[in-house]
Amino acid sequence: MSMPVRTSRRSSIRGGETASGWLFTAPMIFLLGLFLVIPVLMALWVSFSDWSGRGSPFSGAVSFVGFNNYTALLGGGGLAEQDFGTALRNNAWYVILVVPIQTMLSLFLAVLVNRQILRGRGFFRTAFYFPSVTSSVAITVLWLFLFSSTGAVNKLLSFIGVNGPNWFNDPSGILHNFLGLFGVQTGPVALTSNTFLGISFWEWLAGPSVAMTAFILMAVFTTSGTFMLLFIAALQNLSGEVAEAAVMDGANGWQRFWQVTLPQLRPTLFTVLTLGLIGSWQVFDQIYTGTQGAPGKTTLTPAYLSYQTAFTNQAWGEGAAIAFILFVIIVFFTLFQRWLLAERAVSARRMRPYLHTPTSGGSQ
Amino acid sequence: MSTTVRARVRPPSPSQQLRHQSRERLPTRLLAGRSLLYAILVVLAAIYIAPFLIQVATSFKTDVEAASNPISLLPQTWSTAAYEKLFLNSDFPVWFKNSAIVTIFVTLGRVFFNSLAGYALARLHFRGRNVIFAALIAVMSVPGVVLLIPKFLVINQLGIYDTYVAMIVPLLTDAAGVFIMKNFFESIPTSVEEQARIDGAGTFRVFWSIVLPMARPALITIIILSFQGSWNELSHFIVATQSPELTTLTKGVASLASGQLSQGTQYPLKLAAAAIMTIPVAVMFFIFQKRIMNSTDGAVKE
Repeated sequence: MSMPVRTSRRSSIRGGETASGWLFTAPMIFLLGLFLVIPVLMALWVSFSDWSGRGSPFSGAVSFVGFNNYTALLGGGGLAEQDFGTALRNNAWYVILVVPIQTMLSLFLAVLVNRQILRGRGFFRTAFYFPSVTSSVAITVLWLFLFSSTGAVNKLLSFIGVNGPNWFNDPSGILHNFLGLFGVQTGPVALTSNTFLGISFWEWLAGPSVAMTAFILMAVFTTSGTFMLLFIAALQNLSGEVAEAAVMDGANGWQRFWQVTLPQLRPTLFTVLTLGLIGSWQVFDQIYTGTQGAPGKTTLTPAYLSYQTAFTNQAWGEGAAIAFILFVIIVFFTLFQRWLLAERAVSARRMRPYLHTPTSGGSQ
Repeated sequence: MSTTVRARVRPPSPSQQLRHQSRERLPTRLLAGRSLLYAILVVLAAIYIAPFLIQVATSFKTDVEAASNPISLLPQTWSTAAYEKLFLNSDFPVWFKNSAIVTIFVTLGRVFFNSLAGYALARLHFRGRNVIFAALIAVMSVPGVVLLIPKFLVINQLGIYDTYVAMIVPLLTDAAGVFIMKNFFESIPTSVEEQARIDGAGTFRVFWSIVLPMARPALITIIILSFQGSWNELSHFIVATQSPELTTLTKGVASLASGQLSQGTQYPLKLAAAAIMTIPVAVMFFIFQKRIMNSTDGAVKE
């Protein structure tokens, strides 16, 4: 008897939910649809068109050009391809350096400030986190001053007898500079004569320019605090029991960190690496504020090139095409990294019982 | 560092003699380990804080001194010329006003629309909910810079280019914020709102007067994120506006930085502008500091 009553009451409670459900989500659907989904579709069309920025991209004067914009970037042989290759090169070095350094530094900071005995933990956390809340524009302005030829960094370097570079005006690649120390000025013919995306392999291997290195340091400075908070939260959710067991087994602090703590932090590590990867392929604000791609196009990034191509050069199709290629790159690397880390996680879990059974059996 | 840990977690020794022995060795090792820890932390903290101190100090220097002595924290001659120029002889007040307007509207909008949508996705059972949620996740994965050109196309097509509407409306909700609110609403018990519903309250009333007050922690998170996000936003305003009257702080200070980069001077002016635009987010940060660090401090007390 009670069953039908309950269902009927429940259904009356749930009565207007379809209407209110759609009503409640309507503003979000409208806003995200209008300013996210439709724009992406429009830009996709523009990337296949020859729209020049005049009038509507849907007017009769605009025609479909197939993959022309994409092929101009990926194999046109012209300036467009060369610029795109340069931008990819610059950003790839940025990612290669920023992602590992910021991940390691933020984990290191988290481990340091997570100690229970530490006095002034709040102060240290605040100090490390503060750069993360400030705007990228403000930080870039500050960085332009700190790394100017007569700036604070070069002043500090002069105290230890180093003549600092003219950071934001120095287009030389740091790997080339390093090789230059050993007298290597030009690369082997195999590297200099073959090109990829309009850039010789020797140029691909130039490393980030000195100017880009300053941006790399800035990225590490501004993001390590955010990721530190993620690691701190994860560290505090770890159960003390596993660590205690490791202590009983005689593992020292170093071993415990690498073999006990770090494997447990795997999900957070994955988050930090993914966010880092996604973020560091989207370098825009710093370049717009600071260098606009100079010196020698060595701080040009795909995001900034996309903006510049469309808004400054009025080559909208090409600009949109760059944005979509960048989108594909970001998705690809995110999936690749997910695959890489997932693969390792399984094998490590499989290994664990075999590695640890004798030890834990012995201690009990 | 490892020595500190080992010393600290060492189980208490049972016999008097042992304790005596360890007491002889422990303090030196402990002291050495701790001093090293503090030394590292102090150096790192100095590196993180110094740029901001230099920023404020330089903004009170003269142009000449900023170049000749970029590192000192006390100007030899105090000068407020940079601030006078910013506030009396430039568009800086307009930029500040625009940033404030946008930030206020965007924050209010996100608090309302994100919690509304988050509540529906978490609690209301309706056909199509899963589809909306899947779409939301897909939208979340679109990187922001990819949207520069697309956003301009739509804003232009709608005929709202170079207006406050174009600056504010596209930012009024964000997928990540909806996601945060949804997760929060799923974590609070259903009993209270079910009771209210049985008593005859409508869905919006339940949401507005019962659920929303319970969601204060999540709402504060949304406020922090949207305040910081819209105050620091640059790329959206670049593609949405062009006239000087609608320039925000980020856009204005960026033009200040890039326009006069070649001259190499005027650093006090640029740094003063950067310092002032940092103040509101800094104030926000210090007010809600506990909340921002909450997941961490809350867990410790247990």
